[in-house]
Amino acid sequence: MESPILIEIRNLKTHFYLDEGTVQAVNGVDFTIHQHKTLCVVGESGCGKSVTARSILQIVDQPGRIVEGEILYHRPDRLAAFSRRDAMSNENGSNDSNDSNGSETTEIIDLAALNPRGREIREIRGQDISMIFQEPMTSLSPIHTVGNQITEAITLHTDLLEDEAKEHAIELLRRVGIPRPDERFDTYPFELSGGMRQRVMIAMALSCNPALLIADEPTTAVDVTTQAQILELLEELQDEFGMAIMLITHDLGVVAEMADDVVVMYLGQVVERGDVDSIFHDPKHPYTQALLKSIPRLGVSRNRQRLDSIRGMVPDPYNRPTGCMFGPRCDHFMPGRCDAVNPPAIQLGPEREVNCLLYEEE
Amino acid sequence: MAVTDVKTLSPEAVAPGAAEAEIESSVSVASQWQLMWWKFRKHRMAMAGGIVTLIIYAIALFVEFLAPSSPGVIRADYTWAPPQRLHFFRQTDEGMRWDPYVNGYKVEIDPEALKRTFVIDEEQVVDAGFFVKGEPYEMWGLWEMDLHFVGSTDPEVPIYFLGADRMGRDLLSSMIYGTRVSMSIGLLGVFMSFFLGIMLGGVSGFYGGTVDNLIQRIIEFIRSIPTIPLWMGLAAALPTDWPPLRIYFGITIILSFIGWTGLARVVRGRFLSLRTEDFVMAARLDGANEVTTIWRHMVPSFFSHIIASLTLSIPGMILAETSLSFLGLGLRRPVVSWGVLLQEAQNIRSVATAPWLLIPGLAVLVAVLALNFFGDGLRDAADPYNR
Amino acid sequence: MLQFLLRRLLYMIPTMIAISIVAFVIIQLPPGDFLTTMVASMAAQGEDMDQSAMRALEEQYGLGQPVHIQYLKWMQGILFRGDFGDSFGWNKPVSDLVWSRLALTFVLSLASLLFVWAVAFPIGIYSAVKQYSIGDYFATFIGFLGLATPNFLLALILMYIAFKFFNQSVGGLFSPEYTEAPWSWGKVADLFAHLWVPVVIIGTAGTASLIRIMRANLLDELRKPYVVTARAKGLPEWRLLFKYPVRIALNPFVSTVGWVLPTLVSGAAIVSIVLSLPTTGPLLIRALLQQDMYLAASFIMLLSILTVIGTLVSDLLLAWLDPRIRME
Ligand SMILES: Nc1ncnc2c1ncn2[C@@H]1O[C@H](COP(=O)(O)OP(=O)(O)OP(=O)(O)O)[C@@H](O)[C@H]1O
Ligand SMILES: [Mg+2]
Repeated sequence: MESPILIEIRNLKTHFYLDEGTVQAVNGVDFTIHQHKTLCVVGESGCGKSVTARSILQIVDQPGRIVEGEILYHRPDRLAAFSRRDAMSNENGSNDSNDSNGSETTEIIDLAALNPRGREIREIRGQDISMIFQEPMTSLSPIHTVGNQITEAITLHTDLLEDEAKEHAIELLRRVGIPRPDERFDTYPFELSGGMRQRVMIAMALSCNPALLIADEPTTAVDVTTQAQILELLEELQDEFGMAIMLITHDLGVVAEMADDVVVMYLGQVVERGDVDSIFHDPKHPYTQALLKSIPRLGVSRNRQRLDSIRGMVPDPYNRPTGCMFGPRCDHFMPGRCDAVNPPAIQLGPEREVNCLLYEEE
Repeated sequence: MAVTDVKTLSPEAVAPGAAEAEIESSVSVASQWQLMWWKFRKHRMAMAGGIVTLIIYAIALFVEFLAPSSPGVIRADYTWAPPQRLHFFRQTDEGMRWDPYVNGYKVEIDPEALKRTFVIDEEQVVDAGFFVKGEPYEMWGLWEMDLHFVGSTDPEVPIYFLGADRMGRDLLSSMIYGTRVSMSIGLLGVFMSFFLGIMLGGVSGFYGGTVDNLIQRIIEFIRSIPTIPLWMGLAAALPTDWPPLRIYFGITIILSFIGWTGLARVVRGRFLSLRTEDFVMAARLDGANEVTTIWRHMVPSFFSHIIASLTLSIPGMILAETSLSFLGLGLRRPVVSWGVLLQEAQNIRSVATAPWLLIPGLAVLVAVLALNFFGDGLRDAADPYNR
Repeated sequence: MLQFLLRRLLYMIPTMIAISIVAFVIIQLPPGDFLTTMVASMAAQGEDMDQSAMRALEEQYGLGQPVHIQYLKWMQGILFRGDFGDSFGWNKPVSDLVWSRLALTFVLSLASLLFVWAVAFPIGIYSAVKQYSIGDYFATFIGFLGLATPNFLLALILMYIAFKFFNQSVGGLFSPEYTEAPWSWGKVADLFAHLWVPVVIIGTAGTASLIRIMRANLLDELRKPYVVTARAKGLPEWRLLFKYPVRIALNPFVSTVGWVLPTLVSGAAIVSIVLSLPTTGPLLIRALLQQDMYLAASFIMLLSILTVIGTLVSDLLLAWLDPRIRME
């Protein structure tokens, strides 16, 4: 039942070096993404979700830098609709074959070790792994046509000629549910609604049939109806194209709907991960529990106006607590222990981990 | 689908009391200027610019005392005398001694052109000193004084620290007096622009709609005409027989008439964004009249920006006045500004004989640079959201 | 696009009218009408003007009639006969004097504009991409210096240096042998050989401010999400830079023509006076000092119109570059 591993992140640390000090935006993150599956990443604002996602593609903004860790990309040996420009053999990534799924995976590349401006990572961006963003309004260039921006991605990574690429782009636009795609091909982003632009972004991201689509809060900027449509579209496209999705969201409802696996982040670290059922029905980490408690449920007494919210504030990024990051806000805080050690990941089952001393085996 | 944002997990379980909120806001208001100051202080060029600006205005304040003589004194026998360097120590038998002096002049006659030229004569010594008694003057037009910061100890023998012009007038003294005129015309012009700009820009941004449109068209129009020819045209129309003071004001008005547009734009932009803010709405609903609303509620909220924009428009005024006077269309002697002085350097022949006539240009450069750096720093500091 | 063009052309009409009114006001500003000045100056030279000539002039300019009639008469002459009135300083119709000088002013301003762009564009990009590098600081410093130096001062300094150290004169637009010669290829080449000195002088201040503008624009654009999108697509950095942020920062850069052109024309006027170039500047100042108002006002009007047309051209260029404006 387990599908093969696609991305394996080990102890990833991405820091921002500012004049005021170092922001440890991502500080030791571990998780895996499986082929064809949807992984949701949740956590409060500023906990490092976007930075993690950008680290995978090596597009962290200046002055940010990956300082430690590995991002192992198990490149699937599949060539769907397009012929690759380069044969696999002249990749210079590490080439050890994977035993567990030897037939599916041919090579493993450590993305974190690649030069962010180098050719190898550029070949992967947009082709193997693509990304869509929160702001469909500003994520497209305002003065280039939609068609131009999509075909650019296609011609960059394939051998298709300009008009073949155009044909393919129109087909993609149709596929993501844009009416009259051949006319829309020549329109500018400002002529489209927010939902339409997000569809264009999706079409662009899928243009080279990637193995992983990273969606960083793709529906935050659109209204609820459009949000539902876009999420539905993503699910459909996943069935059709077979890519894995890494979905970053604040919305636990979306998680329940979409996720196969869930990663809960807090202050640059993963606090708990597992499949969606166990996270929702058997949350272990006090932070996850607090998060879930804040969901309003139908039928719960109506006079309780305020949701349960989490005590205290997110600590300021220059001034991180020692030991467990969540310690100062935790109901189960154990003085002398929680503020002394940074809790290690405790294996609770296959692909089920929690970083909390409460579950430490004696 | 349950719609809950992790984002909205509010940090505090209890809403802060009203009293608490008030304390907090008063703290932030009190520290706003301080924050600006901290931010400004970090900007080293701006600090330097600010200090130089202050020094220049201080010079402008004390010109009578600082200048060795008054600017209009003509000494026909010192035509184009070159600058004399001030020596602080004199070589004596016992070694160096504090005794300021300059070397005197000797006259050489160019055999071909039959031209008299002054050259520095190392043999001659003219005694100089600080806080010397010299030509009497009225300090700020209020009381008589004859103390000069630096000058010749012998009133009969003039000293030209920066050389003399065609008529033997002392360039240093003229420049110091010019500081007052050039710097004050910048300030005065900016204040006039300020009223025009804030009024029209304010009206434009406050009412929006047709009025806004009309004022915007006017601004665009004024900005689309090349300023110097227009200034020249207007300045030339000032009657030549006007007294110097009236010309001074006339020129200032002409400069500010065109200079207000930049400021009006800034003000308008601010107004447009402020118009919808709650406190302005509240004041309007309270029935406060328009002018009161503008002055009492809106202007203070972007005062720091105004100050920055004002500072940044002074250099433009100074440059404009300098250009006009240089062309002979602006101020005229006996009023001296840096531009008036540069007029002496209008043709290449005089510049070639007396290159020191370009020194007032250096003063313009320093003043304008200092004001630009200073204003830039102010603008950065005034904007809390920009790094 | 056609509609845009028409609308812009319509917009220009009130501007043109406003310019002509301003020019006319300048004619009217000096005390007394120009005829009295003229008579006075002729009398000073011991000449007399005969009565019938005076009548004719009075009739032609509508002197003694209400101001708006005078204005209309003046405009009528310009629009239907190309007659801008007479220059009494030269005793010639204004139209005989202005055109050749205006053409050279045009060449000078255009050359300065191109120079300013050609220099400011790459330096601005460099400064933004290499923000806080030594080169960036250097460009900023030079920029401030350029802004603070009045361009007539720069002209004087250059002239002094050329005279003192190279024993050359940098004034003028033509070598002596071509000054009076009719137009030929040789003369054009000679013009370009002389043009660069005033162009550099006039361009300095504008270059300085455009570098700052380009840098600020590009820094803004570099932070926009579409840059990240393009990077996530796998575009190489340089291609990305020029296709997206630079290309988009180009638009506000082009739109600066609206105010750069007036300052260049201003600068050209004053620098021409210092360098005694055969452009409008020296003639304008002479006319103003002599209160030769028809000549002066015509110059001011034509220079302004030149700028307005220049701005129109840049607007059209902008519309061609930016679909958001074109489709408004
Ligand atoms: N360009 C940057 N420069 C400096 N610090 C940054 C930068 N980008 C992110 N950070 C820091 O990294 C931390 C994590 O940011 P990130 O954008 O990953 O949060 P997030 O979990 O995606 O939040 P959100 O839900 O609001 O999108 C933040 O504390 C932020 O201050
Ligand atoms: Mg984010």
